[in-house]
Amino acid sequence: MALTGIQIYKLLPQTNCKDCGFPTCLAFAMKLAAKQVELSSCPHVNDAAKAQLAEASEPPVRLISVKSNGYDVQAGNEVVLFRHEKTFYHKPGVFLRVRDDESPETIKAEITEAAGFQVNYVGRDLVLDGFAVEAVTGDVNKFTAAIAAVRDVTHRPIILMSHDPAHISAGLRLLDGEHPLICGADANNWATMGDLAKQHGAALVVVADTLDGLTDLAEKLKDKGINDLVLAPTTHHLGTTLTLNTQIRRLALKKNFRPLGYPIMTLASHAPDPAYEAMLAAQAIAKYAGFIVLGHFQPEVVYPLLVLRENIYTDPQKPIQVKPGLYEINNPKADDPVLVTTNFSITYFSVANEVEGSGLPAWLLVTDAEGMSVLTAWAAGKFDAERIAKAVKEFGVADKVSRKRIVIPGHVALLSGELEEELPGWEIRVGPREAVDIPAFMKQVLT
Amino acid sequence: MTVEIPKETWAGSVRTVTFGATASEGGTRARSLTVGGQKTLPFLHFEHETPHPPLVAIEIKDRRPDDWSPLLLEAWGEAANDPASWAKAAEAAGADVLVLALSLNDADGQPTTPEAAAAATQAVLKASGLPLMVFGPGQAEVDNVLLVAVAEATKGERLVLGICEDKNYRTIVATAMANGHLITARTPMDVNLAKQLNILIKDMGLPLDRILMDPTTGALGYGIEYGYSVMERLRLAALQGDGMTQMPMIVTPGFEAWKTKEAKVGQDVPAAWGEWRERGIAWETLTAVALIESGADIVVLRHPESVTRLHQAIQSLMALPELA
Ligand code: B12
Ligand code: SF4
Repeated sequence: MALTGIQIYKLLPQTNCKDCGFPTCLAFAMKLAAKQVELSSCPHVNDAAKAQLAEASEPPVRLISVKSNGYDVQAGNEVVLFRHEKTFYHKPGVFLRVRDDESPETIKAEITEAAGFQVNYVGRDLVLDGFAVEAVTGDVNKFTAAIAAVRDVTHRPIILMSHDPAHISAGLRLLDGEHPLICGADANNWATMGDLAKQHGAALVVVADTLDGLTDLAEKLKDKGINDLVLAPTTHHLGTTLTLNTQIRRLALKKNFRPLGYPIMTLASHAPDPAYEAMLAAQAIAKYAGFIVLGHFQPEVVYPLLVLRENIYTDPQKPIQVKPGLYEINNPKADDPVLVTTNFSITYFSVANEVEGSGLPAWLLVTDAEGMSVLTAWAAGKFDAERIAKAVKEFGVADKVSRKRIVIPGHVALLSGELEEELPGWEIRVGPREAVDIPAFMKQVLT
Repeated sequence: MTVEIPKETWAGSVRTVTFGATASEGGTRARSLTVGGQKTLPFLHFEHETPHPPLVAIEIKDRRPDDWSPLLLEAWGEAANDPASWAKAAEAAGADVLVLALSLNDADGQPTTPEAAAAATQAVLKASGLPLMVFGPGQAEVDNVLLVAVAEATKGERLVLGICEDKNYRTIVATAMANGHLITARTPMDVNLAKQLNILIKDMGLPLDRILMDPTTGALGYGIEYGYSVMERLRLAALQGDGMTQMPMIVTPGFEAWKTKEAKVGQDVPAAWGEWRERGIAWETLTAVALIESGADIVVLRHPESVTRLHQAIQSLMALPELA
């Protein structure tokens, strides 16, 4: 948490020597608090004060990176408890776990499917961030074989899951040059795990079932000079997870409690069944997880989870929007229909995807509705006959089409009268209310 | 070391609202239900106990709907053909509450009559002892006519009548007052609009413990983030002591989720969308889970499997954390 000018002043020499270029230490302190100058401009601060100031300027939740060739999954640096207060910044990394009691062939098949998973949501390609390999057999060779099987298929980052340093050491050697996440350190193995993490520049997950346990481990590791940590409460119970995650985030943000100032990992993989796992992962997305480990790959569940993550991490100040303009879908010609919609991304993509899927050509006129949905924009006066007519002119629609025919969304059917007045000579058609029904409408009505 | 748990102390609390009247209370319900009463954010039992769990309502219709996802019609089967058997099936599926959503037209395309609306409501009350909410078709004039008939025919049952919006709260509130019912007040995802409507309704003289509010939600992928944050803000305002935001919240994730293409459509969709049935249920369930985390006191669902899952989630969230 940032210090105030007064707090900083107390750490300065208070001699008002002016070497920093400011008349007083207090003036300098104020500038420093406002981040307008660097501490190094004052040549007289002592080392203890320097350390204190540096620590205070660190983010309350440390940014942690898990890397492999070309990939970098980051979590942390969050500053609020509720997204409306500012925004949530780093989407939790979603990892799929495989276990070393599965044969390398089985693992390869599963990972091939999961690594190839890609779904488009409002123009963004959503994918899984990486994979976790969990040691359950106790056999180091099986563990490394499982890791090798994953690496045969994908280069995405890996979480090594074992409490046995021998396993982790073997895994790290195999992934030499990467920065995997080690999961993890407990009350027995923390010292060795800490050494391994340090040696390989890997972040380390501390695993414990209480805040006291997590704090204790985090402090010991910090004393050893290990700064890149992740906190994993061992629970997979919805209520307990909510409680611990909330307490950790609050302590980090409101109390500036350093030992818990790290991203949280939720091990949804350990839930009793896939349906509960999905709910736990959904809660983790909304409530403060930085890394989420899933145990089952079900595309029909991963898809809504990744969409929820997009939604929760959208900046509440800026709706996601597309550029207004005249979009061509399936190579339209002069006599193909013009469909009009707004520039809210969700709206644009639900319509564009349907038209594209229909295989029929059309012009899609996207008006500037300040990033609002059809009905919201209509209610706010940002999508009316006048604005539609303006867009028709602005984007030169009349020059592109020979048949002057425009289809409006069914939800704003009542605009058709006014639009006829605004666009003389144009045929105004009312389309269906929902985008799903556009293909049928285009086939049956618009011919 | 022992970490000191940071606790918030709140000045305000959510109102408790009780609906459904038993025989001794002048109705016919097997039991009444209470929501609200929280003095903390959802499920933070370390700050304060949560006196009443969120409730799961199932939405049923007065006739077999023609625009519902085939998955829903398949799940309810024959039961969806008439409101009484649907009510029984919904009770068997674990509903805490029933929501009877009236249709605009009957099966022949004729406008639903007030008599038919009242008869459907009576049939549901007879078939199931669960507390009941009745929602109009969502067109101001029609809602007024149908809900007045329903309210009068069920005097004393302590139903929840919906949906009051700024353009048509007067008639519904008046009939709720005259016939001993409650209402739900819906506003489009805006803290101030929600407060304003609550004030207007209070000014008509309806006691505050007979108002639920519906801040409106969008489905996952279709605007849930707006609803989610408005609910968090409303709940924070309630706890900070703003009396006009202290009504328990009801939202309709079932309606929203099953409108989406992901839940509605099984063919000609990307392979990455996976298996249709589970996708639809996940869409509804995950929308609802996010909403109970942000303060929903009642979630209205459509698929029986989602109801089972939500109950499981609520049970976990209501249990005192198993902190070693
Ligand atoms: C999310 C939301 C908001 C968000 C804004 C989101 C955004 N960026 O647009 C917020 C919270 C900011 C908001 C604000 C308001 N909202 Co609002 N909002 C919604 C909500 C919940 C969902 C809208 C949405 O995203 N839908 C999804 C998109 C994809 O739908 P769509 O754009 O309509 O597109 C579909 C169809 O129209 C069709 N389609 C689209 N284009 C085309 C084109 C053609 C040719 C065809 C055929 C079809 C087609 O396909 C799409 C998919 O089926 C709706 C209620 C609801 N559940 O629907 C209310 C709703 C739209 N809002 C409403 C209102 C009144 C408002 C406000 C005026 C009130 C307020 N809160 O102050 C403000 C206005 C904004 C302002 N002044 O700044 C009302 C509108 C009432 C009405 N019928 O007039 C609604 C319906 C809620 C209600 N029941 O009262 N809102
Ligand atoms: S250089 Fe340092 S000690 Fe001198 S006035 Fe500036 S802040 Fe104070």
